[in-house]
Amino acid sequence: MNSIVCLKQVPDTEARIKIAPGNMGIDESDVQLVVNPFDEYAIEAALRLKEQAGQGTVTLISQGGDSAGTALRTGLAMGADNALLLKDPAFDGSDSLGVARILAAAIATLEYDVILLGKHGVGGDNNQVGPMLAQLLDLPHVGVAVALEVGDGKAVVHRSVEGALEVVETSLPAVITAQKGLNEPRYASLKGIMMAKRKPIDERDAAALGIDTATVGSAGALLLQTRLELPPARPEGRLIVGEPVEAAKELVRLLHEEAKVI
Amino acid sequence: MANNSILVFAEQRDGKLKKAAFEAVSEGRRLADQLGAELHVALLGNGVDTLTGELAGVGADQLHTADHPDLQFYSAEGYSLVLARMIDQLSPSVFLLPATAMGKDLAPRVAAVCNAGLATDCIDLTVEDGRLIAKRPMYAGKAIATVRWAGETLQMASLRPNVFPAEIRDGAAPPATVPFAVEGLEGKIRARVKEVTGGGGETKDVTEADVIVAGGRGLKEAANFSLLEALAEKLDAAVGASRAVVDSGWVDHQAQVGQTGKTVSPQLYIAVGISGAIQHLAGMSSSKCIVAINKDSEAPIFKVADYGIVGDLFEVLPVLTEEVARLKE
Repeated sequence: MNSIVCLKQVPDTEARIKIAPGNMGIDESDVQLVVNPFDEYAIEAALRLKEQAGQGTVTLISQGGDSAGTALRTGLAMGADNALLLKDPAFDGSDSLGVARILAAAIATLEYDVILLGKHGVGGDNNQVGPMLAQLLDLPHVGVAVALEVGDGKAVVHRSVEGALEVVETSLPAVITAQKGLNEPRYASLKGIMMAKRKPIDERDAAALGIDTATVGSAGALLLQTRLELPPARPEGRLIVGEPVEAAKELVRLLHEEAKVI
Repeated sequence: MANNSILVFAEQRDGKLKKAAFEAVSEGRRLADQLGAELHVALLGNGVDTLTGELAGVGADQLHTADHPDLQFYSAEGYSLVLARMIDQLSPSVFLLPATAMGKDLAPRVAAVCNAGLATDCIDLTVEDGRLIAKRPMYAGKAIATVRWAGETLQMASLRPNVFPAEIRDGAAPPATVPFAVEGLEGKIRARVKEVTGGGGETKDVTEADVIVAGGRGLKEAANFSLLEALAEKLDAAVGASRAVVDSGWVDHQAQVGQTGKTVSPQLYIAVGISGAIQHLAGMSSSKCIVAINKDSEAPIFKVADYGIVGDLFEVLPVLTEEVARLKE
């Protein structure tokens, strides 16, 4: 069972977001970067598939600069076998389709049964790369997986939709995107962390991947961000004072007569 | 070269059109009016002809129905193939979908086939010089990005449910219905839905609800969620939860609101015993009206609340449920 996991670093979800001068991006100075939480479920799923099969490899792929390298080290420390860093100045400013193109170019040269990644990258919140990657590689995909079973050349995936679960069967290879609930990711052991330092990270640039740089990075981006700002501040609220019984009654009156929401 | 037209995907599930579908079509109509464009609506499924009447009042110019047994259940491959062909045929300048579970799953595949930029979960769309400008949340709503699409390329956007008003126009002429020939699906759908479980229409999802009653650690134990459920039932609300109680196993993760859960924009969000961690606030701050009930007057949740009660939720909740029941009588 050979798995590929795509992952990236994102700002910690507990981070307070500040906008950098120029209103184009966030101020990253006080922000701690972590492996995208949804990608951690993907890594754990890949490690379990390998353990269940008793053989195979888990290959990590990340596109980006130094922080992508840090994400790969974290995944290696959890137990992944190989890591591939896709790095080129021409990749900067890619939209989701650009990222999917870069990943697809790297994956096209590999042997695999399943490709796993988070259902979305925390921060960008685009929810796009998984299905796009599947389309570019002409593979089926199942998104938002909360349960996964693999065997006989196929996978059965429980996919979370509004108020229900879809049980989806897919042939392999396939792309599967991970949702919270899929598993409980393991912590890297001390031994794992030490071993990860010795595992090589293979680097590829656009030329090595055979990518036309006009189709990726800011040159190829079709969706362009022109501004980033904080959401409008919410109006000052009102505290309802009094005994619980009176306060609850007053709240219902206000919701009905003033806010008109019930 | 794109036509001056807008195509909107009208999502149906189990033969029912989604509320988010009416919202997306209504926004399509408003944009079409501003752009002087035609509005086309795409309806996919098996036996969807019965739904065309419901779409009479949305003000579409043409309704394209793709009817096929293989489209009975949603599949990313089948639906994206049909929609990509429809886009190829109609050459619209704008393609809108609801940012539902289906829309979010489907849109990226279509974008990859059509080589289009895709803006996810948009909360605002405006027209400038004949092109769209979109606003969309990032960092689960901690920041708002403004985006546009390159050159004259197809503008694809998914629209966050509960944000754009659905408008049914009285006396609007029913759209001309054009059957869309569905061909060549054989062997193309490799991932198929075998079964749908756990829904049954009983569980209301937080992303679709107009009212959410959400609980946190202040409820002290899992069994006390029944107090919330009682209030939720009276309000016809969905039950949400903080990450802390989901991670403690009190509530299924499907109910989690926040950055690693779901981002929601209901009319009313009642936070009970939730202190308001940054990642939780990010996921619910765009709600129209927020109520906080917490015994700690310093809890961050009060900073985003329109109405707050500082007090013991075990005393407040039962009265609240009773009062709501009285109002609804």
